[in-house]
Amino acid sequence: MAVRRLAEKQPKSFAFSNENLAWAEREIKKYPEGRQASAVIPLLWKAQEQEGWVTEPAIRVIADMLGMAHIRVLEVATFYTMFNLEPVGKYLIQLCGTTPCMLRGAEELKKVCRRRIGEQEQVTKDGKFSWREVECLGACVNAPMVQINYDYYEDLTPESFEKILDALAAGKEPKPGPQIDRQFSAPVGGPTTLKTVGK
Amino acid sequence: MLADKDRIFQNLYGLHDWGLKGARERGAWDGTKAILEKGRDWIINEMKASGLRGRGGAGFPTGMKWSFMPKEYKDGRPGYLVVNADESEPGTCKDREIMRHDPHLLIEGCLIAGFAMGASAGYIYIRGEYVRERERLQAAIDQAYDAKLIGQKNIHGYPFELYVHHGAGAYICGEETALLESLEGKKGMPRLKPPFPANVGLYGCPTTVNNVESIAVAPDILRRGAAWFAGFGRPNNFGTKLFCISGHVNKPCNVEEAMSIPFRELIETHAGGIRGGWDNLLAVIPGGSSVPVVPAHQIIDCPMDFDALKDLKSGLGTAAVIVMDKSTDIVNAIARISYFYKHESCGQCTPCREGTGWMWRVLTRMVEGRAQKREIDQLLEVAGQVEGHTICALGDAAAWPVQGLIRHFRGEIEKRIDQYAANPHSEPVRMAAE
Repeated sequence: MAVRRLAEKQPKSFAFSNENLAWAEREIKKYPEGRQASAVIPLLWKAQEQEGWVTEPAIRVIADMLGMAHIRVLEVATFYTMFNLEPVGKYLIQLCGTTPCMLRGAEELKKVCRRRIGEQEQVTKDGKFSWREVECLGACVNAPMVQINYDYYEDLTPESFEKILDALAAGKEPKPGPQIDRQFSAPVGGPTTLKTVGK
Repeated sequence: MLADKDRIFQNLYGLHDWGLKGARERGAWDGTKAILEKGRDWIINEMKASGLRGRGGAGFPTGMKWSFMPKEYKDGRPGYLVVNADESEPGTCKDREIMRHDPHLLIEGCLIAGFAMGASAGYIYIRGEYVRERERLQAAIDQAYDAKLIGQKNIHGYPFELYVHHGAGAYICGEETALLESLEGKKGMPRLKPPFPANVGLYGCPTTVNNVESIAVAPDILRRGAAWFAGFGRPNNFGTKLFCISGHVNKPCNVEEAMSIPFRELIETHAGGIRGGWDNLLAVIPGGSSVPVVPAHQIIDCPMDFDALKDLKSGLGTAAVIVMDKSTDIVNAIARISYFYKHESCGQCTPCREGTGWMWRVLTRMVEGRAQKREIDQLLEVAGQVEGHTICALGDAAAWPVQGLIRHFRGEIEKRIDQYAANPHSEPVRMAAE
C-alpha cells in the first residue's frame, strides 16, 4: 500500500463553482435515497478538476454535502491514488511502469521525464509539467504509454514522447492514441481479422 | 482461425461507428424483446448451456452466478447488477475496447442480465483512468435512453436504470466486494464472504458483479443460441475470447479468437510471431500478472484455456498474454510485478500488507544477486504464508508470480547470487529480517 498524506500548505476555503454544484447535485441523484455517500469519488474528482488537486477544505465541504464524517472522506481521498494531495503541473504525466510497459521500454521514457522535468512529483518552474510512475493503465498492447491529464499516448519511443512534450510546451494539442501508424489495438500493418465487416 | 461471422466484437478496432446506428447495423439490439419474452429461466439455462465462464479472471460459470439471485424480491430490497469495468490487471486491455468501440453490446447485455436476475438497476464501475472511455460509454447510454431501449418506460417492457460510476486509481477495486465498498463511497477494502453479494451486496441488497466481457457477449449468445457458443473451444472451456497479446511479439494486439487456440497459432496468426523467432522465447505470463509464469517449452503447444493452463500450474486469468523473449531480465520482470502488488495491497490483512513489501524487497536484492541462497526457500515459505491467508485473492495473486519464478527460474537466481558473491563488495550481504 502507499502512504499518502495531505499537503502541509492548505488553502483556507473551498467552494464548488455554481456549474459544478449543479453537476454534483445531479450526480448525487444517481444513487438511492440515503446512499449519497456513493458520490464521494465523483465529487472529489470534480473538486480536483476545479482546483487542480484535492485540498483539505474541499474534503470538509464534500463531507458536509454528503452527510459523511470528515474522516471518512479523508480516508477515501488518501486511499485512491488518482487524487492529487498536492499541486501538480498543468500537464500531469502518469507514466505506466508495470511489467508489460517495462518490457517494451518504459524505463527509457522515465529517463526522458527525469531529464526534462525532474524527479517525480516535482513541478517544473513554469508550472507546466510534473510526472509520476503509476501502475498498469490498461493499454498493454500499446505499450509503452503515458497518460497526460485525461488522454492516453501509446506506442511511444523516447523520440515520439519528447515530441509530445515539445508540442505541449508550445501550447499545442498533440493527437492522443497510438503514436505509430496503427489502428488502436489492431496489429501494426493492419488487422488480421474483421476484414469483411461493413463490406 | 475463427471466422469473422463468428466474432462477437465486430468493431473491436474502432473502424466503424460506435453509436447506436452502427451498433444496430452490426446486430446489436436485434430481437432483444423476444429474448426477454422467453423469460428469466430460459435465459439463465441458455447461459448455463453455453458454458460461458466469467471473463474477469476467475472463470466462474456466468449462468450459474446469475441463478444465485433471488427468484422473487419479497422483502423490499431491490436487486442490482454491477458491471466490473475496473480493468487493471497488468496485461489486460480488452474491456476498454468494448467500452469505447462497441458500448451498445455491453448496454444490451446489462438489460438482459438485469432482467435475468430481476435487478432494477445496474451500475457500471469503470476505472478512473479510463476518462475517455467513460465519456464514450455515457454517450452510448444516453443514446439508449433517448431511443427508449432502457429506462423506466422502455420498449422492452422491463424497467431498468443504468448508471456509470467510476473509481480513482485502485487495483483492489477490481475485487468484487472491494468494488461494492468503493461504490458505496468507502475505501476499497474487500469484505469477508459469506455473506456473498447475491445475498448481501450493494447497499445490503442482492447483487451480482460481472466482468464487462461476460456481460457484453451475453446478447449474442442468446441470439445465436448456446450451441453456437459451445461450438468453440474444448469442453468446460467453451466460447470465443478476447486475447490481449503484449510484450515481446512483433505485433502486439487485441484479438478475438476461439478458446483453446494453441499458443503458437495465436501468436503466429495475429501477433506476427515472437520477436527474434521462436527460439528466442523465454517465458510467458498467460493470463495477466496474477498467474504464474510458464517457461517457453511448456507453453508453445499449449491450448489457451482455463484447464490446460491450470495443468501447467498457471491460469488463463483474463487472457492477457505477456510474452517475454530471452533479452528479458526475468527476475526483474517478476520483481516489478511484486512491486505492483505491494503498491496495490489495500492494507487490510497483515500477511498481504507486510508480505507483499517483504517479497518485493527480497526480490529486488535477488535481481542483483545480493542475497543468500537459503533466502530463496525463505521467500517461497513467505509466499506460501501469504497465499490463502487473506480476505481476498490479492494475497494469492501476489504470491503466485513469485512461486512461478522460483519454480522455473531458480537456477537463474542462484547464478546471480554466485556471480555477486564471486566479486568483492564493500558491504556485507545482509539477510532478510527487515
